[in-house]
Amino acid sequence: MNELNNNVDIKDWYVSHFQAFENSLNGSSKAPFHQIRRSAIAKFADLGFPGRRDEEWKYTNLSALLKHKFPVAARPASLPAETVRQFVFKGLAENLLVFVNGRYSKALSNYRASAAGVVVDSLENALKNRPEVIERYLAKYAPFEEESFVALNTAFAVDGAFIYVPDNVAVEQPVHLLYISDVSAGSHFASPRNLIVAGRNSQVKIVESYHGVGESPYFNNVVTEAAVNENARVDHIRIQDEGLNAYHVYSLETHQQQNSVYWMVNVDMGGALVRNNLTLTLDAENCEGHLLGFYMANGKQHIDNHTAIDHAKPNCFSNELYKGILGGKAKGVFNGKIFVRRDAQKTNAYQNNKALLLSDDATINSKPQLEIFADDVKCSHGATVGQLDNEALFYLRSRGIPQDQANSILQHAFANEVFEHITIASVREHLEEIIAERFARL
Amino acid sequence: MIAIKDLKVSVEGNRILKGVNLEIKAGEVHAIMGPNGSGKSTLANVLAGREDYQVDSGEVLYRGKNLLEMSPEDRAREGVFLAFQYPVEIPGVSNANFLKTALNEIRQYRGLEKLDAMEFLSLVKERMQLVEMDPKLLNRSVNEGFSGGEKKRNEIFQLAVLEPALAIMDETDSGLDIDALKIVANGVNKLRGKDRAFLVITHYQRLLNYIVPDFVHVLVDGKFVESGGKELALQLEEHGYDWIKNEREASVTM
Ligand SMILES: Nc1ncnc2c1ncn2[C@@H]1O[C@H](COP(=O)(O)OP(=O)(O)OP(=O)(O)O)[C@@H](O)[C@H]1O
Ligand SMILES: [Mg+2]
Repeated sequence: MNELNNNVDIKDWYVSHFQAFENSLNGSSKAPFHQIRRSAIAKFADLGFPGRRDEEWKYTNLSALLKHKFPVAARPASLPAETVRQFVFKGLAENLLVFVNGRYSKALSNYRASAAGVVVDSLENALKNRPEVIERYLAKYAPFEEESFVALNTAFAVDGAFIYVPDNVAVEQPVHLLYISDVSAGSHFASPRNLIVAGRNSQVKIVESYHGVGESPYFNNVVTEAAVNENARVDHIRIQDEGLNAYHVYSLETHQQQNSVYWMVNVDMGGALVRNNLTLTLDAENCEGHLLGFYMANGKQHIDNHTAIDHAKPNCFSNELYKGILGGKAKGVFNGKIFVRRDAQKTNAYQNNKALLLSDDATINSKPQLEIFADDVKCSHGATVGQLDNEALFYLRSRGIPQDQANSILQHAFANEVFEHITIASVREHLEEIIAERFARL
Repeated sequence: MIAIKDLKVSVEGNRILKGVNLEIKAGEVHAIMGPNGSGKSTLANVLAGREDYQVDSGEVLYRGKNLLEMSPEDRAREGVFLAFQYPVEIPGVSNANFLKTALNEIRQYRGLEKLDAMEFLSLVKERMQLVEMDPKLLNRSVNEGFSGGEKKRNEIFQLAVLEPALAIMDETDSGLDIDALKIVANGVNKLRGKDRAFLVITHYQRLLNYIVPDFVHVLVDGKFVESGGKELALQLEEHGYDWIKNEREASVTM
C-alpha cells in the first residue's frame, strides 16, 4: 500500500473507534469538554496523518507507527508497587502522581497537598470538579485545529495530570508525574492530557517521566498545556525513557503572561520513534522562556525535536539549547523556529544545537528557522555536529582512564551543559546515574 | 627502566624519528634538548601511546615489557606519565573528578584500595602545596581557561598525585614565570627518588640549573647527535646547535 492510502486507512481506524470510546464515557460525555472532543475528531478526520511531503515531517517517517492498528487503551489493571518504585525519582516519592496507560492510579499515587488551594489531581477528576478552570484553559492553547496529533489526543483525552496553583502560592516540593505504559497484556494507544495552570506570582516545579513495562508495541500521544500567568515561574522537566517498543509523540504548548518565567529541560533516552512538538508563546512583555534539551539514541532509534518560540510581545528573552548524542544507526532531527512578531521589539532570542555522532551511520538533520518581523532585536543561532575530541580522549587515557570510561566522561561533559540547568538536585543525580549507565552502552 | 632501540617513527608518511636509542635507569634524570621540529615531542608522545604516529621499526622495552604494544591507559597504569607541552582543555570535566578517576584506576591496577573522597582530598591538598597550585583550579574544568603557567603547574600536580615510575616532561618550563619555574622545579626535585626516572625535554639551561640532570642528549633531525653530562647543556646554551653540527662535521673531516 502506498503511503497516502495507508495513512487514510489508519486514520479511518482511529476515527472509527471514536464512537465506541464515546459510549464508554457514560456521564462525562455530557460535559462541555466533550463538544471539543467531537470537534477534534472531526478535525482529525480532515487533517489525517502527516506524510513525508509535509515540510514539518520531511525527516521523520511515520510509516513504522502507521502500520499498526493500535486499540484505544482500556482502563488498566493496577501495577505491583515494586514495578512502579523503580521509576520513582529519589526524594519525590511523596509528591507522586502515577498514570498507567494514560489513566490516573489513585492506589499507586502519593500526594499530600502542600498549600491551600493547590490542586494536583487527575484531569478526569478535574473535568468533574473544576469546570471553571477547565473551561478557561483546557484545549485553549494546543492547536487541535491544525495539528493532527493534537487533534487525535484531544478527541480521545480523558485523563492526565491537572495542576493548578492559585495566585501568590509557591509549591515547595516538586511534583512528579509518572507515566507508565504497561503493554504486558498487549498493544494500545494512549492519549495522556496534561494541564498546568500557574496563577499570578506562583511557583511550581514539575517533573514528567515516561516509562514502559512489557514488550508489545504501543503509541503514546501526549499533549501538555501550560498557562503561566503574570509573574509566575514554572520549572518543567520531561524525561522520556520508554522501551524500543514505544512510539511517542509529545506536544507542548505554553502561554506566558507578563514577567513570567518558564524553564523546560527535556530529556529523551528511549523510544523507537519520538517526536516532540514544543511551542512556547511569550505573549506579554518581560517574559523569559528557556528550552533545554538532551537526547541520546542508539540502534535504529529516531528522535525528532521540533521546537518553536513565539515572541509575540516586546522585551522578552528566550534561550534554547539542544544537545544530542547519536550512536549506531540512530537518527536525530532538530528544528528550531523562532518567531519575532512585528510588535516584539527588544527581543533577545538565542538558539544553539549541538550533536555528537559516535558512529558513521548515525545522522542528524538540524534546521534553525528564524522568522523576524521586528527590527530592534537580538537573535542568534548556531549548530555544530561533531565527534568526540580525540585530543581530550588521549589526554584522559594517558592518565590511566580506560577508553570506554574516557568516552563516557566526555559524553557526560557534553550533556552536562544541559543537565546543569536541572534545579532539582535529586532528579539531576538520578538522571546522571541512568545516563552514565547508558553511555557505557553507546 | 626503559630501553629505546633504533626507534623510527613517521607522521603522515614523513619520517620524524630516524633511529633513536636511549636507555634510562631507575633514579636517573635525562634531559633532551634540540631545535624546534627535531622530534622531541614526537618521541614523548610515542612513549605515551598517541595513536597518530606510525612506528616503522625499533622497540621500546619498559620494565621488561614491550611498551609499544600497550594501550595509553595501560602505559599510565604501568607508571608512564607525560606532562604535555600543550595540555588540552576539556570543558565540562572537573579537574578534581578527572584526577580522582585517574588515580583510582591506577591504584586499582596496582592492587591498591581506591581512595574515598576524603582521602583523595587530603592527598590532593598535600600535593598541591608541592607545586603551590591554586586550589580553585581543582574545581574548574580540566585546563579550561587556565593560563599557560597554570596549565603547566597542573601537569606537574597530576604527576605528583599519580606518582609515575617514568615521568616525561615536555617543555614544562615554557610558559612558567621565573618564580613559578623555581617552585615547580623544587616540586619535581622532591619527587626524585631511586625508583623514579625523569625524561626532561627543554630548550633552556635554566630549568636544568634547578633540576640537575644526570645526562643530556641532543636530538637533531630525529636522531641523537650528542650525549653528555650536565655541562653539555651549558655548552649548548653558549654556542647554540650550530656548534654541535660544526663539531660533528669537523670530526667527520678529521
Ligand atoms: N600530527 C602531525 N602531523 C603532521 N606533522 C607532524 C605531526 N606531529 C608532528 N609533526 C611534525 O613532526 C616534526 C617534529 O615535531 P615535534 O613536535 O616532535 O618537534 P619538537 O622537537 O617537539 O619541536 P618543538 O621544540 O618546537 O616543540 C615537525 O616537523 C612537526 O611538524
Ligand atoms: Mg615539542
